[in-house]
Amino acid sequence: MARWTGDSKESSCQVVLGHGPRAQVSLESHSKGRQRFQRPESFENPPMYVAVMTYLGFGIVTLFGYFRDFLRAVGLEKCHIAREREEQKDFVPLYQDFENFYTRNLYMRVRDNWNRPICSLPGPVFDVMERVSPDYNWTFSLTGKTIDDVINMGSYNYLGFAENDGDFLKTVADRTQQYGLGVCSTRQEMGNLAIHEELEQLVASFLGVESSMIFGMGFATNSMNIPALVGKGCLILSDELNHTSLILGARLSGATIWVFKHNNMQSLERLLREAVCSGQPRTHRPWRKVLIMVEGIYSMEGSVVRLPDIVALKKKYKAYLYLDEAHSIGAVGPTGRGVTELFGLDPSDIDVMMGTFTKSFGAAGGYIAGKKELVDHLRSHSHSAVYASAMSPPVTEQILRAMKCIMGLDGTTVGQARVHQLAENTRYFRSRLQEMGFIIYGNDDSPVVPILLYMPGKVVAFSRAMLKRKIGVVVVGFPATPITEARARFCLSAAHTKAMLDQVKSGVSYTERVGSHPCQSNTQREWGLIATLYNQKECPVPEVLLLCSVYNNVCLY
Amino acid sequence: MLFIDYSSAFNTIISTKLRTLGLNTSICNWILDFLMGSPQAPAYHLVLEGILILWIIRLLFSKTYKLQERSDLTEKEKEDLIEEWQPEPLVPPMSKDHPSLNYDIVTGPPSHKIIVNGKECINFASFNFLGFLDNERVKQKALTSLRRYGVGTCGPRGFYGTFDVHLELEDRLAKFMKTEEAIIYSYGFATIASAIPAYSKRGDIVFVDEAACFSIQKGLQASRSFIKYFKHNDMEDLERLLKEQEIEDQRNPRKARVTRRFIIVEGLYINTADVCPLPDLVKLKYKYKVRIFLEESMSFGVLGEHGRGVTEHFGVNIDDIDLISANMENAVASIGGFCCGRSFVIDHQRLSGQGYCFSASLPPMLAAAAIEALNIMEEDPVVILIWFRFFIFMYDLVNKYFQIDSYSAVKSVIGEVYAPALHLQLERSSGSRDTDVRMLRSIVDYCLERQIALTLARYLDKEERFLPPPSIRVVVTIEQTEEDIEKAASCIREAALAILK
Repeated sequence: MARWTGDSKESSCQVVLGHGPRAQVSLESHSKGRQRFQRPESFENPPMYVAVMTYLGFGIVTLFGYFRDFLRAVGLEKCHIAREREEQKDFVPLYQDFENFYTRNLYMRVRDNWNRPICSLPGPVFDVMERVSPDYNWTFSLTGKTIDDVINMGSYNYLGFAENDGDFLKTVADRTQQYGLGVCSTRQEMGNLAIHEELEQLVASFLGVESSMIFGMGFATNSMNIPALVGKGCLILSDELNHTSLILGARLSGATIWVFKHNNMQSLERLLREAVCSGQPRTHRPWRKVLIMVEGIYSMEGSVVRLPDIVALKKKYKAYLYLDEAHSIGAVGPTGRGVTELFGLDPSDIDVMMGTFTKSFGAAGGYIAGKKELVDHLRSHSHSAVYASAMSPPVTEQILRAMKCIMGLDGTTVGQARVHQLAENTRYFRSRLQEMGFIIYGNDDSPVVPILLYMPGKVVAFSRAMLKRKIGVVVVGFPATPITEARARFCLSAAHTKAMLDQVKSGVSYTERVGSHPCQSNTQREWGLIATLYNQKECPVPEVLLLCSVYNNVCLY
Repeated sequence: MLFIDYSSAFNTIISTKLRTLGLNTSICNWILDFLMGSPQAPAYHLVLEGILILWIIRLLFSKTYKLQERSDLTEKEKEDLIEEWQPEPLVPPMSKDHPSLNYDIVTGPPSHKIIVNGKECINFASFNFLGFLDNERVKQKALTSLRRYGVGTCGPRGFYGTFDVHLELEDRLAKFMKTEEAIIYSYGFATIASAIPAYSKRGDIVFVDEAACFSIQKGLQASRSFIKYFKHNDMEDLERLLKEQEIEDQRNPRKARVTRRFIIVEGLYINTADVCPLPDLVKLKYKYKVRIFLEESMSFGVLGEHGRGVTEHFGVNIDDIDLISANMENAVASIGGFCCGRSFVIDHQRLSGQGYCFSASLPPMLAAAAIEALNIMEEDPVVILIWFRFFIFMYDLVNKYFQIDSYSAVKSVIGEVYAPALHLQLERSSGSRDTDVRMLRSIVDYCLERQIALTLARYLDKEERFLPPPSIRVVVTIEQTEEDIEKAASCIREAALAILK
């Protein structure tokens, strides 16, 4: 596989194929003495044959898909797909056949690994509701039984504020009793509650900026506010791995979007130079403004943005910076203030600080913070302020209480203890997995730990086997990741105990022993035995069975 | 003329040597034949061919000519350009007294009695139609949920963000609306804005009412479809567009076979407070084979005997509507939204609805509150009936004050008899939107002083496709008494008298 380092020549195919070993070395610090170095990030490449096998796996599954479609067409296999109404048969089809090929034939066979319903608090452990499917996942029915005390490695409960302790939640309960649940109006009309303003002031002081504004949904914070900041004649430079909400917001804004390679400063600088020197395409008018959009922690990679470099570039080229701290606020930095604190940067260097309350604060919604002029502009021009319902009062209270706790305003050190605990858990878990020799992605500081599995069949088996071991993990594959980089993701929480993490660790090594082991590092390659797992009928997917036997054959010979 | 004799050039090759290399006889013979038997060629011929070959090689290896690459800028010039470029400020400067900058502040709950800017008022502004915001049963249910699940879900639906409460709410909504399936979103605005681009893609055609709300407009923009606006509630205009499209289709039947078409309307328009002519739309749907998406945020829980919305109001078979979307932020008084319809349609959003897949799920306590609100609506449909009488009363009152009496020239009421939110517009605009807005705002302030909380209908002037005229939105809820309504109506009248003259 092509090896790629930051400064080598890039070729377009690597955007799809993914990344070579990007051992990113510490960066030079820029302006201030107290700035921190970027911790090393690893993106190790799998052996060549793993990539080949992954493609082969997809090839086989696709062939089986076509075969199944054929069987359905001739009536040999029962067709479970929901049908168009008889009265509307002569309408233009709502879906193109090829659009649903992947869903129908690939996703459907393995979809028991997602949308698993739970019936408890999403804390460090949760109860998963047992589902059975009589027809290979076309339909599910709940058995009524639950799988209790599954270790939760899937929720973004970084600081453990997803909790139901009556004492902690007393203020939230009071607010519910006092206010009710909704607001029934928008901020600009009759939904601007005093507690919203209180929260906005708290957020601003937490982040160390002049002003802030809160919104009812994290996704909408991006998609409904970016259009208020940039428009036609503006340029957005967006990281290739940015979240859908940022992409949607950028698209709705009408600005031109250029994409730079993930966390690659050479790529970003080249685009910035190009933008400033040649202006808009065809007319060559200078761009009205250039906005760089990045995330603090990338939730699928576990990488941390190279913020000091970006700030230096932004200053050099007079661009603006939009930083989405959905996963990093509360989760990194010595006192949980996100990536700016992690790198010891001045928050005023970031033009737009955005973040969500869904993750570290165990609530819902998002904020945008920055200079007073920015926030004032949003107050009058944000789509959300004018057309969308204001934030629910109990949710607002939950954020208030969590943020006060982190800041120590509640008179305790509980919040700070949690921030430290999370950092410790992150270090512990990452180093254990590294010792075991797995390929894990991301920054040493990042509480998001993706572990690379590569093959589509393995991803599925891993998730199922882990659930059997009472560990709930998130697995993602194509199209959420590049096709060869299917992975499982662990999200650490301050609420995880060392015993839990050890159990997860031994769970991972157990699944490894029975065969569905994740891909190990080049240094400790150890393949084979995979058939053991599939012969235990853990995996009812014939395609995957075949895939594995082919795979096994190749491995053995 | 010069000839070059090839045949003698290779005389020295000894064929036996080739044979010792292990080649068999026939191959050796062929090689010798090729080398020595070639005809004699004239030199100019060779020269010409040589030039041609060189030319081809040059063509193959030379770079293709590109306009962009002819950048003659030196590094120095580039640095100068970078030095010189001054971008616009991130946000334009704004005056401190911008009308939409200073919000009214509500202290305490935004329920029937509301404290706006320190003044206790009767709420005629929040969409708390059925009064569920301060319903004790709803609150208790939410508190029970809070004790069990906490507040946030800490994940999207796909990644352990699906709670039993969500499944129950989806099930209950589907049953309540009598459809096969329902899907919930965690934010009202994101519901229809995500649903539209899940189905309508680039190249598809959408017919939309001009008065469609902002979230529909954003959904359309995200879909990148071809959009055709028809005049508000004008079925003839819609049919004209559909006919035009039919002619277009006949011209290009291959394209027509893959071009999806949709009509997107609101049940009860938030911007105009009137109802869409649904039976006519259904007729057009089958005549021209277009699918109907219906936005019912204002009509859900309001219209129809049981509050099922415009389908029930008109007695239209709900299966004739391809997709119904509504938010739970108005009548239900919670947060979030839902889409319902046949599984064939709805299920697609579980993988394609962006606001569903990529956003954290609805906090369980808000879902629990919505379930309890549905319970009350199901148990006690009389609530809606009583309330119906209420806003007919309100409508009559407002009408009496503003259209029948001598001041009819000053203000006009927009909306239908059964609309819970009426718009009061200026009968004659002053010519400037700003002045109009300021005049209406002073009416609102006048009423606020007298303990009637009203609000202007807010819009983003530059973003709206068809900007509605400025108006005051008066919301009637079940909690207001007849005296409240009378007081409000007379107060607005007084204000109009005093301010508009």
